[in-house]
Amino acid sequence: MSKELKITIDGCEMTAQEGRTILEVARENGVHIPTLCYHPRLRNAGSCRVCVVEVEGARALMPACATPVDRDGMVVNTRNERVLAARRMTVELLLASGNHDCPNCASNGHCELQDLAYELEIEHPRFPIQPPDLPFDNSNPMIVRDLNKCVLCGRCVRGCQEVQVNQVIQFGFRGPHTKIVTGGDTDYADSPCVFCGECVQLCPVGAISEKQRMPYGKAFEEKIVRSVCTYCGTGCVVDFHIINGRIVRVTGNEDAEVNRGSLCVKGRFGYDFIHHPDRLTMPLIREGDSFREASWDEALSLVAERLGRIKEEDGPEALAGFSSARCTNEENYLFMKFMRGTLGTQNVDHCARL
Amino acid sequence: MGRISLEDLNRIREEARRRRELASNGKKAGITVHKGTCGIASGAEEVWRKLFELLKEKEEPEDAYRIMSTGCVGFCGMEPIITVDLPGGEPVRYRRVDPAKLGQILEKHVLGGEVQEDLVLDEETDPYFKGQKFVVLRNRGRIDPESIDDYIACDGYQGLYKALTRMEPEEIVEEILKSGIRGRGGAGFPTGMKWKFCMKAKGDTKFVLCNADEGDPGAYMDRSVLESDPHSVLEGMVIAAKAIGAGQGYIYCRAEYPIAVATLEKAIAAAREYGLLGDDIFGTGFSFNVDLYVGAGAFVCGEETALMASVEGRRGNPRPRPPFPANEGLWNKPTILNNVETLSNIPNILREGADWYHAIGHEKSRGTKVFALTGAVKNVGLVEVPMGTSLRDIVFNIGGGIPNKRKFKAVQMGGPSGGCLPEDQLDTPTDYEAITKAGAIMGSGGMIVMDDTTCMVDMARFFMEFCQEESCGKCTPCREGTKQILNILERITRGEGKPEDLDTLEELSRIIKDSALCGLGQTAPNPVLSTLRYFRHEYEAHINEKICPAHACVALVKFEVDTDKCTKCGLCYRACPVGAITWEKKQPAKIDKAVCVKCMSCIGACRFDAIS
Ligand SMILES: Cc1cc2nc3c(=O)[nH]c(=O)nc-3n(C[C@H](O)[C@H](O)[C@H](O)COP(=O)(O)O)c2cc1C
Ligand code: SF4
Ligand code: SF4
Ligand code: SF4
Repeated sequence: MSKELKITIDGCEMTAQEGRTILEVARENGVHIPTLCYHPRLRNAGSCRVCVVEVEGARALMPACATPVDRDGMVVNTRNERVLAARRMTVELLLASGNHDCPNCASNGHCELQDLAYELEIEHPRFPIQPPDLPFDNSNPMIVRDLNKCVLCGRCVRGCQEVQVNQVIQFGFRGPHTKIVTGGDTDYADSPCVFCGECVQLCPVGAISEKQRMPYGKAFEEKIVRSVCTYCGTGCVVDFHIINGRIVRVTGNEDAEVNRGSLCVKGRFGYDFIHHPDRLTMPLIREGDSFREASWDEALSLVAERLGRIKEEDGPEALAGFSSARCTNEENYLFMKFMRGTLGTQNVDHCARL
Repeated sequence: MGRISLEDLNRIREEARRRRELASNGKKAGITVHKGTCGIASGAEEVWRKLFELLKEKEEPEDAYRIMSTGCVGFCGMEPIITVDLPGGEPVRYRRVDPAKLGQILEKHVLGGEVQEDLVLDEETDPYFKGQKFVVLRNRGRIDPESIDDYIACDGYQGLYKALTRMEPEEIVEEILKSGIRGRGGAGFPTGMKWKFCMKAKGDTKFVLCNADEGDPGAYMDRSVLESDPHSVLEGMVIAAKAIGAGQGYIYCRAEYPIAVATLEKAIAAAREYGLLGDDIFGTGFSFNVDLYVGAGAFVCGEETALMASVEGRRGNPRPRPPFPANEGLWNKPTILNNVETLSNIPNILREGADWYHAIGHEKSRGTKVFALTGAVKNVGLVEVPMGTSLRDIVFNIGGGIPNKRKFKAVQMGGPSGGCLPEDQLDTPTDYEAITKAGAIMGSGGMIVMDDTTCMVDMARFFMEFCQEESCGKCTPCREGTKQILNILERITRGEGKPEDLDTLEELSRIIKDSALCGLGQTAPNPVLSTLRYFRHEYEAHINEKICPAHACVALVKFEVDTDKCTKCGLCYRACPVGAITWEKKQPAKIDKAVCVKCMSCIGACRFDAIS
């Protein structure tokens, strides 16, 4: 057990476990400190300097996300003039560094930079706006990247390296030329990217986004429905983001024990079939060389009748069932029961054993 | 030869000393060519080659001479320098030697015994050497850096012997603490304290790192130490390792120092061969090894956490501290990082004692400091002075003052993120606290003197450009803030400054210092703040009157001749490469602006400030 320390944040005394960060302690105690490069699933970079606070006795401001509580009687100020001036300057510098025309941005409404500008009451940065003028990466059907909106928080880099351990995304170059690079500074399609989309989910602004959502509404119109991914038996928890009855993007649920926000390429991007015009929405019954639409009752009765006939004529061993990894455990269990109990055959297997 | 003992060390010392003697070895003379980077850049290689040619011509066998090449002797403005030793005499240094002068020296002095007074560089009387005290540079020009025996002959590895055989780690740390030495890499952190933290840190695996990344423009103190006396650094590292309990060390040397890298490689190999690196050093059971890591040309990799990331094979970005490297450094193990000059002091402290070291220096800054004195000063070179020596002494006595009848304007200290001090701060002593209070930083020892032809706004712009290009790009205030400061400074030097710019510069600078992640960003605004403090009028002249008082900002120069100031000398006429100036004897010059390409040659040529 680590030691319990008494510290003061903004004049309020609180207890803190030694080694917890100032940010964690503040948040647990209801003190709001804004952040940008911080993400609970990632290691702390302490790089954006938005969360800086004054620690009495320290020469310079300290990043709350990366500064551990390490002594009794630590006194922290999270919103005095010195802190707020620095925080405002940092956000102004970021706003001036990119092309932040919110009305035209896919992230409008769920953007951490926009939230910061609002919280710190910055209407317009005092510096000339100079986006880096980098080309749009439209190389693939899943992810679009507009580095002219990138704030270089490094969340995509850390997500790719620490969570997915793919090492595709890196910081490239330095100083004013610093930029996010995929592979050896190529586009997503040419890089070794596996399109898990971890970076899309972690990007706090509109620099990396979901391509399929493009024409369909703004983030603030989204309704979120929690569900389970149907692609395999892992059972990742997904959040469907829905606008006007249409899924416009899928994100991994950050609180889920199973996947903690991560998804694979299918779970995150493989939902285009849902609204596809060619999607089957009714059962089809084959007649000669063609199919005709039928009702569920008719189709199920037909299946029941045919299965019954085979069982009667050739015995239950003439039947076999093969279930799908896209079904949940419960569905697979039911299927096994149905084959063994109802049809009376032991011939049941699952595609995941291939 | 295998591992050596104290007897061996002393025997090697005596033998090496004997080998260096001339008469008893039947040598007619000793001839040393000082081939540091500065010497080579001025033609020392040519002199070296010529020496052998001349000896051959004169049918003098090479082995009748003790011919040596060593590192720099410190007076870089006088290179190439050679030293001639005749048996029974004092060594004589010759300055600015070329093949012709070498011929003269060889003929008249080496063979004829007659010192060539007109070419001599007399260390006894030359004001450049007065007031200097050589501790770090004590072996400068004296030993062959590739010969470990030479180093041992000059009492090398005696300090290590003492540390390994007669001292406990606590005693070593205590000795270093008592000496008062502070880190020479810039921040001036007490070295003994750093070692103490690391000695106390828990862990079986610890590291000693040597910072040889010296990236400040104009600074080359560390390069010179590595090129002329590499074993002093290795010896310092082994002593540090014993103090903290480390088994492995790395020297992080910048790739731009090829001679230093090659010299270090040889020194490491030689120390391993003697068992002064490796297992069971001096038979004490203590083992320590050193490997060399060559950097990839990023200034920020001199910052301690970035350096460690780079050694680990990652992008050289700094990270927040805590955790401090003394607890979690290289590969998360307790680590100390020391600068080359710091480490090279250590053997001297152990050999001569902490009290000896502490007796040199001033208040809280003890020992000596090496400065690379450059810029608008008559004597350019490496200067080692007791700490506390005033800036005026360094610039005007050792440095010889300002050449070309120009006036002193400022001295820039502490590298790209240092500060500029004007005339009325020249009596500031070179001690960490006093220099910081005056608005500059001691830094690693870069000292650039500027005369009245330097525009202070343009100078701040130059250093800001360096800092923003070399920023690692990780944290917002440094990456974006330096860009905005540079934007503003560029506008001001173009004559597009606005009165409110000065407030913005001050606020931005203050906040960057307060909120950047590492030392680079935290100090990058210093050139702006110190010039705003001492040379605000120059900013105001650019902004309000659209004039550059130093006539250095090309956009603000009108290229007009002030006929009152013009002495009709015609220097500008001769300097103009495109014939834009008309001039006749006894007539003031006239510039045809239609032809002028604004190359500034005339401004540099005019001695009378007549062109503006
Ligand atoms: C941007 C930056 C660059 C630095 N470059 C160097 C360097 O080239 N050499 C050096 O010795 N120290 C450099 N330092 C200082 C080191 O971080 C470190 O403090 C020093 O090497 C510690 O050694 P010392 O205590 O012996 O001075 C640099 C610091 C910063 C912030
Ligand atoms: S990234 Fe955020 S701040 Fe930038 S344009 Fe998009 S919504 Fe606005
Ligand atoms: S792309 Fe997004 S997540 Fe990646 S560094 Fe830029 S802003 Fe951060
Ligand atoms: S201050 Fe500059 S160099 Fe240091 S971490 Fe920040 S961006 Fe990198």
